[in-house]
Amino acid sequence: MVERETALLRKIDINVAESEKRTGKNTVNMQETYTVYLIETRPADAGAEGGLPVGDSPWRRYSEFELLRTFLLVTYPYVVVPPLPEKRAEFVWHRMSADNLDPDFVERRRMGLENFLMRVASHSALSNDKIFYQFLTEEKGWRESVLETGFQDKADSRLKSLSAMFRVKNPDKCFTDLKQYSDELNSAISHLLRVRAKVADRMYGVYKVHGNYGRVFSEWSAIEKEMGDGLQSAGHHMDTHSASVDDILEEEEHYADQLKEYLFYTDALRSVCRKHELMQYELEMAVMDLANKKQQREELTSGAVRVFSLKGMSSKLFGQESPEQRESRLAALELSIETSEEGVLDKNSECRDFMRMSWEEVKRFKEQKDRELREALISYAIMQISMCKKGIQVWSNAKECFNKM
Amino acid sequence: MRSEDMLDLEEDDDLEVFSKNPSLADGSPASSCVPNSRGSMVNQYHPEDQEAAGVHTRDTFITVDHPESHVTAIETFIVYRVLTRTTREDFDSSECEVHRRYQDFLWLKGKLEEAHPTLIVHPLPEKFVMKGLVERFNEDFIESRRRALQLFLSKTADHPLLSRSPPLKLFLSEPDLTAHKKQGPSFLSRVGDSVRAVANSVRGLKSRPEEFVAMQEYADDFSNKMASLDKITQRIIKEQNEYLDELRQYGPIYTQWAGLEAELSEPLRGVASCVDHCGRETEEQVGHLADVLEPALHQYLLCADTLKTVLRRRDNIQAESEAKNDALTSWSSSKKVDHETLKEEAACLEERVQNANAALRGDWSRWEGGMRTDLKSALVATAHKNVEYYEKCLAVWETFLMSQRSAPGQEDRREEGC
Repeated sequence: MVERETALLRKIDINVAESEKRTGKNTVNMQETYTVYLIETRPADAGAEGGLPVGDSPWRRYSEFELLRTFLLVTYPYVVVPPLPEKRAEFVWHRMSADNLDPDFVERRRMGLENFLMRVASHSALSNDKIFYQFLTEEKGWRESVLETGFQDKADSRLKSLSAMFRVKNPDKCFTDLKQYSDELNSAISHLLRVRAKVADRMYGVYKVHGNYGRVFSEWSAIEKEMGDGLQSAGHHMDTHSASVDDILEEEEHYADQLKEYLFYTDALRSVCRKHELMQYELEMAVMDLANKKQQREELTSGAVRVFSLKGMSSKLFGQESPEQRESRLAALELSIETSEEGVLDKNSECRDFMRMSWEEVKRFKEQKDRELREALISYAIMQISMCKKGIQVWSNAKECFNKM
Repeated sequence: MRSEDMLDLEEDDDLEVFSKNPSLADGSPASSCVPNSRGSMVNQYHPEDQEAAGVHTRDTFITVDHPESHVTAIETFIVYRVLTRTTREDFDSSECEVHRRYQDFLWLKGKLEEAHPTLIVHPLPEKFVMKGLVERFNEDFIESRRRALQLFLSKTADHPLLSRSPPLKLFLSEPDLTAHKKQGPSFLSRVGDSVRAVANSVRGLKSRPEEFVAMQEYADDFSNKMASLDKITQRIIKEQNEYLDELRQYGPIYTQWAGLEAELSEPLRGVASCVDHCGRETEEQVGHLADVLEPALHQYLLCADTLKTVLRRRDNIQAESEAKNDALTSWSSSKKVDHETLKEEAACLEERVQNANAALRGDWSRWEGGMRTDLKSALVATAHKNVEYYEKCLAVWETFLMSQRSAPGQEDRREEGC
């Protein structure tokens, strides 16, 4: 997956090399245990030895990755920002641990975090971001740098906009289709992950019960004369069969992780759609506002009151205003209209730019998704083939043993 | 009425039929004859000979089929058609067709055991086992019972002694059994037998011969193993079925997803089809477990009980003889019974013990050979079926993989294989 398509990746290699447990006091002054991950960056052409690290090789915890991602989401709203690995273990089949501190979970999270950083580093716009580079290389002061950018304010308003209910008069069909697609994709992948976990669970049960055959064949062989040897060796093969399911299912977790990544990608898609919707809405509001003001100007100049206004009412009740008053109001309105017109033009071009850039992003994302998910399905098929081959081996061996009975 | 006499007569008749091989199955010289014994020709034979004989001289083929429901005012029951094709001369015709219900099979088994208390009669399927909510007239239950009944008759007809037993011929050829059923050992005599058995067990056996101690231990161990294997197999069937249920839901989700996609639609449909195909193969595989392996194991679980019962009967016969010998040694002229009569009775019972032991010894190795053949064949078939199952699934996934790799623009980044 590492195609050195960005300047950043041509310079450096990025690894999330290790993980460690730490304990410390959290924000409410309570002791907590958490995991930190080591980020190593080395020169790209360093070869096998790796070379000296570029930067401090900072240790980062999951919440810092979250902070980085939120920053990127706010700062690059048209980008389909790569997702982080899951916060909590979900779609767990019952033997798998749902504990965040479990070593298998930590290891899979480590790989997911590395994957996230690589994806950001491969993105034409995101890879050039200073905050991202600091995240990779600076031990101290990163948090302060991020907060200094003031993205929080934008984040707050963005949060408000994401949750606000508003209706766009002329929604763009491409984006409504995209939003529907991301919702449906989200639903399909969730469903798939849930059932896959159940299938894994059941398969585990079937394989493990065969271990009992191993035990009983062994015991039975002790009381038989001619059948003893055959039974004993068949029993060993049953044990092998039973044990093989652990590796099989561990491999399948990688497949599940690939699906999960695209499940979380649907959230990124949705937020691009939402951002577009918001911009469209703001544009429509600005256009409507401009139209209102123009209307008011017309009324003022022609004297006809077609639109209800408090000023109009009050002048009706308390007498007409003086020509000077009218002149000053008109002047103020003209100014306001000018500003509004500029605003509309800006908003319009902002909207057009956003649409152009985000649509390119979406196209790039779709190509990536088709390519990578096809690969994932192929690797799933390879896993199934491997499982079948093990099964053939074990049962052929057992059959030979039974034949010797 | 002295039922022991009846038994002796029948046993002697049967013994004539036997191939008289003077050495024991394990090669040691034959035991010495008991005095006064016409029938002490020891029933010893090589199991391999016997099997070979069975294969070459198999003269009777029996099928049990056409289960039909019969409704009367009092009850509802199933009647099976029993079709016999035979070259045996003691049969009136070469083909017989009768109709029998389960009760009739029970009657036959009882008569066979009565005539040959220490021979190993193949077990019948259980009376009616409440396996969850399976009802008596459930199709699967009837089918598995039918197969077990057929096996019972086939095994019995292949048995060198039991096949010549008159009740078997009656069962296979007599249209109406009711008259014969009434002529069984009377209820009183059966009570007498069991009272005697209890009395003897209270007395205790003086000393069980080593070989039968070994058989007892084996029967106990074998019973445990069969029970475990049966339970394990049932559990596997259950788990496989639950796996199958989930698999049936899994495939369609890929199809649903394919409906949302353009480029990705084709591989998604491919995976859906593979999953569905594997589901069908799984169904077949579970079917084999349920139809072949589990019934075979269950059958031998029931056999284990038969072994224990047969050993117990042998013990009772020995206990009776010991009791009579005790009475003989403690005889005094004050006793009511005549000394001569007592001596005759004691000799008779001793002979009975010898015959019973010989019959059991011979039949035991025959049974062992049959058990080995049957279980080996069931296990080999199961392993073979499982290999087939994985091979079919492998083919399906490999076809999918090839279809993806031959698609334009696909790079082979990974190697196939474990």
